[in-house]
Amino acid sequence: MSRLLDISDLHVALPAESQRPYAVEGMNLHLDPNEILCVVGESGSGKSLTARAVMGLLPKPHVQISKGSVVFEGEDLAQASDERLREIRGSEISMIFQEPMTALNPVMTIGTQIDEVFRFHQRMSGKERRSRALKLLQDVQLPDPEQTLKAYPHELSGGQRQRAMIAMALALDPKILIADEPTTALDVTTQAQVLKLIKEMQAAHGTGVLFITHDFGVVADIADRVCVMQNGLVVETGTTEQVLGSPSHPYTQALIAAVPDLVPRPARPRSTEIVMRVKNLEKTYRSGGGLFGGKGRVVHAANDVSVDLARGETLGIVGESGSGKSTVARCIVRLNDAEAGQILLGDVDLRPLGRAAMRPHRSKIQMVFQDPFASLNPRTRIGKIIAQGPMMYGASAKEAKDRTLELLEIVGLDARAYERFPHEFSGGQRQRIGIARALALEPEILVADEPVSALDVSIQAQILTLLDEIRDRMNLSMIFITHDLRVAAQVCDRIAVMQRGKVIEVGPTSTMFANPTETYTRELLAAVPGKDWFSEKKIAAAKPG
Amino acid sequence: MRYVVKRLLQAIPIVLAIIILNFLLLQLAEGDAVDVLAGEAGSATPEYMAELRAKFGLDQPLPVQLAVYLKNVVFLDLGYSFRHEMPVSELIFDRLLATVLLMVATITLAVGFGVFLGLVAAMGLNTWRDTAISIFALITYATPLFWVGLMLIVVFSLNLGWFPTSGMENFAMFYEGWDRVKDIAHHLVLPTITLALFYLALYTRLMRASMLEQAGQDYVTTARAKGVTENRIMFVHVLRNALLPVVTMAGVQVGALIGGSVIVESVFAWPGLGMLAFEALFSRDLNLLLGIFFLSALLVVAVNLVVDIVYSSLDPRIEVD
Amino acid sequence: MTFWKLFARNRGAVIGLLILFLMTFLAITAGLFFPADPFSLAGVPMSPPGENGFLLGSDSLGRDVAAGIAHGAKTSLLIGLLATLVAVFVGIVMGALAGYYGGIIDNLLMRFTEMFQTIPSFIFAILLVAIMKPSIESIVIAIAVVSWPAVARLVRGEFLSLRNREFVQACHTLGMSDIRIMLGEILPNCLSPVIVIGSLMVATAILIESGLAFLGLGDPNIMSWGFQIGAGRTLLRSAWWVCTFPGIAILVTVLAINLVGEGINDALNPRLRERT
Repeated sequence: MSRLLDISDLHVALPAESQRPYAVEGMNLHLDPNEILCVVGESGSGKSLTARAVMGLLPKPHVQISKGSVVFEGEDLAQASDERLREIRGSEISMIFQEPMTALNPVMTIGTQIDEVFRFHQRMSGKERRSRALKLLQDVQLPDPEQTLKAYPHELSGGQRQRAMIAMALALDPKILIADEPTTALDVTTQAQVLKLIKEMQAAHGTGVLFITHDFGVVADIADRVCVMQNGLVVETGTTEQVLGSPSHPYTQALIAAVPDLVPRPARPRSTEIVMRVKNLEKTYRSGGGLFGGKGRVVHAANDVSVDLARGETLGIVGESGSGKSTVARCIVRLNDAEAGQILLGDVDLRPLGRAAMRPHRSKIQMVFQDPFASLNPRTRIGKIIAQGPMMYGASAKEAKDRTLELLEIVGLDARAYERFPHEFSGGQRQRIGIARALALEPEILVADEPVSALDVSIQAQILTLLDEIRDRMNLSMIFITHDLRVAAQVCDRIAVMQRGKVIEVGPTSTMFANPTETYTRELLAAVPGKDWFSEKKIAAAKPG
Repeated sequence: MRYVVKRLLQAIPIVLAIIILNFLLLQLAEGDAVDVLAGEAGSATPEYMAELRAKFGLDQPLPVQLAVYLKNVVFLDLGYSFRHEMPVSELIFDRLLATVLLMVATITLAVGFGVFLGLVAAMGLNTWRDTAISIFALITYATPLFWVGLMLIVVFSLNLGWFPTSGMENFAMFYEGWDRVKDIAHHLVLPTITLALFYLALYTRLMRASMLEQAGQDYVTTARAKGVTENRIMFVHVLRNALLPVVTMAGVQVGALIGGSVIVESVFAWPGLGMLAFEALFSRDLNLLLGIFFLSALLVVAVNLVVDIVYSSLDPRIEVD
Repeated sequence: MTFWKLFARNRGAVIGLLILFLMTFLAITAGLFFPADPFSLAGVPMSPPGENGFLLGSDSLGRDVAAGIAHGAKTSLLIGLLATLVAVFVGIVMGALAGYYGGIIDNLLMRFTEMFQTIPSFIFAILLVAIMKPSIESIVIAIAVVSWPAVARLVRGEFLSLRNREFVQACHTLGMSDIRIMLGEILPNCLSPVIVIGSLMVATAILIESGLAFLGLGDPNIMSWGFQIGAGRTLLRSAWWVCTFPGIAILVTVLAINLVGEGINDALNPRLRERT
């Protein structure tokens, strides 16, 4: 049987000043009709540029195919003319992207943008194009297709936008669909729905899907075959069973071992000493409105939130975007002012304290931030970033420096980092610096707001281990904000699930995972990608012999 | 419609603040209309000057004068010009048309050509067209308005004799109907080019940069992935998004444009508000000056409203309800 | 080191810098080469360039055009620089306070800059100079008054986005004081756009100054390019050189400053350059 797509010895050359000569080097890969092939890799592995190379969408002239062929149904796309590629794109091979908000033109209606696919590939009457577009929107299960045709991208939710993108990509029933991280920007429950949709559409049309992702959970859920990339090289290819079940390459093995699974860690005894009590916390945001603007929209970001934190435990606050989990964290560290309720640290209620009154308590609660690139001042040396905290609280320059060097060692960084600037470090290293800064004031409580969500999976595992070690070593109590239940399962003793500003369920991690009481918690657990595969693996591993 | 009303309501405090600010500033100026009148008359007794001041209400305390002025403004009574011995509103409305004509012509030329040139430059990035347009924009962006005006007069009026050197129309010919329109248009050419060149350069550069920025956006990749032609991508997808900052800038620049018209009107003896303001300033005709500031603020508000409506028709994310 | 390397990649910027050096040199040495008062009668009136010992000709009163240009360079550069410094300083202070604290201060500033956009700024500058009597100080103040809102808006925008950046929030959780956060953490990160807008503002200030002088609102005791052109406009027919050369001086200076500004922009924001 002839291949649908046959990539052989593909080289994608990078501009001269880049870190390596090729983004993709010597790639051999094929795609058959009616299969889903996942290309997996961490950031910088070349997986996205592979997708662009197939589409003829490389950012020329800086990046281009320098060698090899991409044969689609007997035709080498690497040699095809621009006009021929344009004909193929959208009709024979189409693509969906990671960020559906920026991937859609903000000033054109969804209808017009779908219509373009028909207009530029086939002769059809306006009426026929319209009815085809309506049918497509129904197929991707968008509510009220008539209305959606007239809608602009900003009027749809993230999941709806991605559905519209899928409708557009499948408009002419292409033979190949290339999906570049299509669910990465979506919430976990939406991600599960969109994955299901892609799989259904693929099965109904017999499409060959080239699915780019960094998430092995998604791979386990959707792939027929898997291709693993590292630094531009394909290190392993095989069926999903083979690659996930018995990976042969050490890099694949390491990656799969680093994937957190949904099996909660063994329960630890909970201390009876409560270090912090949050009681009936309230916080609302007003948007819109203004001097003459009439009524704005009011969002209840924290609605009657109450949680306790025992000494030495890690409390996870879990929820999707907009659930209010970050707001609660920011209110606790007093970056935001809650309107009502109590934040009791020992006997002191921190909530009503003014800036001056708050200052002596600041050092006891410290925060680790999400974005390792935005959380360090690009113009300040690492030494100063860490040392300025203690110095503000009266440490001498010498003491602060000694403390900083000690902390750098604790978080696993070289002492030479002291004199360097943030841009000289990788994302994972920066996150370590952020942790060192938070520890510099010897806090009792560490609030970590999505500390690993911007990191590659292998780095994620290292940072999670580091946080665990530090908590034990320094007798910290930790509040851990995350959207990822797999991560929560790894580090949290107890979990509070938030939805629309309310804490709907709190309990020990193992109990909650085994017996969730709320429907929403069950939905969240069910939506975790790859949960069946990886949980079984872990359970199998836990039963020796 | 509600949007228009809302925008107009929002403009009221700003216009009010401008009137009060200018009123107070002008009080700081040494000498009032009476001083000037008296100075011209040669010998005026202090009694006579006091009498004049009382007649004009200039002997009242400042807040009272301000309140009286504001009350009058609400009824569109901008006071009396003692220099021209005419109500200010009449004087201003006489000149308003000339300025509006110059402004509309300038904005049309500057935005229209700026968008066109920016588009051409961005489409042929790093070709000779791009380079030529960029150099042209760079030079016109650095040239003082009044000098451009004078040089245009030297070349096109004095040497070539194509266009008149000054004025808005040739009164001596007593043109009527179409002939008059043509005559005014003929006079309008050089002042418009003079005033437009600087802004033309600005919009050209902005449009070029905006096109380049938009061409790098994700939605352009999506359009390519759909197999849409490059022409459609440039002229439909990118162009509409790239216009947004240009339109915004055009709104921001209206005030500056009226300011620039003072110089152009002075160079070409164009009988507009700018000339009038300049004359009023030197003859200490404070009522007239205040009136001109008030009216030009209204003009800016009106043009900005039009710009906002254009903008919201281009960008669906702005809600007009 | 890298800044100069990046700057030098832009050939126009290097040329601009050379011209600017030349103009500065001209301004500094004006008194040396043209020791006489530029307002004084230096010879035969209306001499064309190159005749009667006038390099660039003389005007209707026999004033030396070349001397006027040399002395005018001093005026233009000085006023351009001073007015920009004042405008940038005021703009930074107001923009920083508005962007950092938001709320009422921000609302006031925004209304205020909106007001300045609604007043025709050049007419306003004329008004200010006329009220304060034309002098270097009043011209500098007038230009600064109409220029600072642009800086304030820019700085406000930068502060607004940077104050929510995580590294600033980390400073809050450390309990750092506001003034230290503003000066030590945020300001250094928004200096590059301010430097760029500042350099372009010098050019605009020179244009405004020449416009004021052209209309007869310059300092009557100080020679300026705008004044020369204004004085020569009645001679357009008979003595083209009186208007032409000072105009070229303005054009070249402003162009040079704009080129330098673009070079600084390219050097400070290297990623913008790569796109083109």
